[in-house]
Amino acid sequence: MSIPKISDVAGTWKVLTGNHTVSHAVKLARVDVISAYPITPQTHIVELLSEMVASGELPARFITVESEHSAMAACIGAAVGGVRTFTATSAQGLALMHELLHWAAGARLPIVMVNVNRAMAPPWSIWTDQNDSLSQRDTGWMQVYAESNQEVLDLLLMAYRVAETVLLPVMVVLDAFVLSHTAEPVYLYDQEVVDAFLPSLDYPYKLDFTDPRSVGNLADPSLYFEFKVRQEQAMQRARQVWKEVGEAFGTHFGRSYEPVEAYRVEDADTVFVIAGATATTVRVAVDHLRERGERVGLLKLRLFRPFPFEAVRDALRGASRVVVLDRNISFGHHGIFFQEVKSALYGMQPAPDMFGAVIGLGGRDVTVDTVLEVYDKLSAWDPTDPTPHFVGARFREDGA
Amino acid sequence: MSVKTVNTTQRHYGLLFHAGEQELLEPGHVACQGCGATLAMRLALKALGPRTAVVVPACCWTVIDGPFPQHALRVPLFHTAFETAAIAATGIRAALSIRGEEDVTVMAWAGDGGTYDIGLQALSGAAERNEDVLYVVYDNEAYMNTGIQRSGATPVGAWTTTTPDGARRHVLKKDIVGILAAHRVPYVATVSPAFPEDFVRKFKKARDIRGFRFIQVLSPCPPGWKFPSEKTVSLARLAVETLVFPLVEMEDGRRVTVNYRPARPRPVEDYLQAQGRFRNLPEALREEIRRQILERFEDLLEAHRKTHGTDENIPTTLR
Ligand SMILES: Cc1ncc(C[n+]2csc(CCOP(=O)(O)OP(=O)(O)O)c2C)c(N)n1
Ligand code: SF4
Ligand SMILES: [Mg+2]
Repeated sequence: MSIPKISDVAGTWKVLTGNHTVSHAVKLARVDVISAYPITPQTHIVELLSEMVASGELPARFITVESEHSAMAACIGAAVGGVRTFTATSAQGLALMHELLHWAAGARLPIVMVNVNRAMAPPWSIWTDQNDSLSQRDTGWMQVYAESNQEVLDLLLMAYRVAETVLLPVMVVLDAFVLSHTAEPVYLYDQEVVDAFLPSLDYPYKLDFTDPRSVGNLADPSLYFEFKVRQEQAMQRARQVWKEVGEAFGTHFGRSYEPVEAYRVEDADTVFVIAGATATTVRVAVDHLRERGERVGLLKLRLFRPFPFEAVRDALRGASRVVVLDRNISFGHHGIFFQEVKSALYGMQPAPDMFGAVIGLGGRDVTVDTVLEVYDKLSAWDPTDPTPHFVGARFREDGA
Repeated sequence: MSVKTVNTTQRHYGLLFHAGEQELLEPGHVACQGCGATLAMRLALKALGPRTAVVVPACCWTVIDGPFPQHALRVPLFHTAFETAAIAATGIRAALSIRGEEDVTVMAWAGDGGTYDIGLQALSGAAERNEDVLYVVYDNEAYMNTGIQRSGATPVGAWTTTTPDGARRHVLKKDIVGILAAHRVPYVATVSPAFPEDFVRKFKKARDIRGFRFIQVLSPCPPGWKFPSEKTVSLARLAVETLVFPLVEMEDGRRVTVNYRPARPRPVEDYLQAQGRFRNLPEALREEIRRQILERFEDLLEAHRKTHGTDENIPTTLR
């Protein structure tokens, strides 16, 4: 099948913030039930959705709950009822949902949510970092990280298709302010084009009055384990489904998506790895370094759960140094993407030296210079160092 | 040869009231003997019928329904997190309405812990938005599933494992129906499994009202309250006859109806005596409890008079 040019796909260019892009994506996905609670920097998403629902432009039910915890529980109830659901949150709100995130995944509900990456308090911060979403890594949600507002739209449409294929929830993650509040040109597809890509939901386990069942009841030690094995098998399958849906997206919309995106890695000695909007900055830094004659590349992680082991290994094979840039930290260890990539490369021959830098916590600017600073420090770093390297942070003069 | 047909009236000849033939609770459930909460579910489903979706948070009923793959109810049941009964039910309601299944009753069925305590926030939110769900609290006055710990519904002086010397409170338990009525929801009621006719009438009435409906069922629990399991119904009756648990309806948060005013209330002491959990109640506290129970009933009568202009119309017999 021939891949259409974007200009051949029916739609219109709009200048949209990341948040408003989300609202439009939800509308295009024909979501039935939305439930959300406001938190900066996510609020514009729910405000625009409220307007769309109030005007009848989006024929959905918006449940204006009293907390994020209830927002997720409302989506869970609606998903059990067999309809398409959406919520959006950030930081404290996501943390408050934690128990319900396990519930949604364990009950195999294809809920899609947006998390706008924001630093966890205290101290209070409304600015971007990845500790909120990464703290939910082990809840059984799939996670994808967007770099641009267009990617936000596209990932959301793909998210529904993948979630409803493997029956697991998806979290689409975008950076606070850098994407959420920044307007970019976004190509909004016409409804019919999206409908042809995303069929309506037919949830096989919806509440049924002719065959009444109990969902989620006690499973003793002779049964619980198998439930979890099935859940993981669905995750394994999702790895392939993301690949296929990313390709199908290309066939349909003229823009395909891989679980990871490699940039100038072919002959690179040193490859940066990053997820989220900061990838754009790193791409520019890679170009600078290339101009300096350095053999440098970038690997952008798009899909984080399920982790795309093969794709990461393929892209990093041949590099002698891998530098993972984390806008997050696992206290007492390193940046979280660093740990993940390091474990993904275990056993690869020859193995690159692995370095991790923690950058940009709480929305601290990450500029091209930050990335160059990391690069220039590399030769002085010991890859076996048990402590993370902070770049762009100030330290007290006494070194403490 | 003529076939003898037996109609319901004949078959139950001699019965004053029959809750209905249809059993939507199978006998294979795993509740303790004499579980008031289980009797309550049986009656509730008889009243509501098969087009009912049940939402159960963490509580004894998580277990009672049976472990996977068993299921004692003949209606769908969704198990949800402890504090989410009201909102998970709201979500299901939204989905069923979108699916065009408007006739289904979505019933949240939670314990007192999931209602008075950890679930109060979501409950208040759903009530305040007047969500179209029926919320039932089967109130056994403690966290029974985890082994009898106190809750916000544990009465003054009652023994639990976390109040080994008796619940340290000096006033009656949290007024949950008052709290719900203060949300001005269309319908709030109290029922007792010892009064099945009143019970079934209120559930049917609740079923046919749109908006948020709340029913409190006092559900005696033999192991938790320390009484013999064959006494469940008589103890449930005693709670009403002693005015410990008045049967009322509150409509739109304003119109209060007391459904039963025993001609001669039984002494509160009879109710306390019948349960091991009140064994170590000091005499002074017994007197104080009695006073507060009468005071509460007086308040309800006053609200009834305000609604009806009189309290003469309150029945003095009830089934
Ligand atoms: C968030 C959370 N905290 C604690 C528990 C443990 N837990 C399960 S049931 C229960 C008590 C339930 O009490 P109640 O709602 O009164 O129902 P009952 O057991 O008396 O039927 C508790 C504390 C839980 N499941 N979830
Ligand atoms: S502990 Fe009480 S409420 Fe729980 S099943 Fe037994 S009798 Fe019923
Ligand atoms: Mg209880």
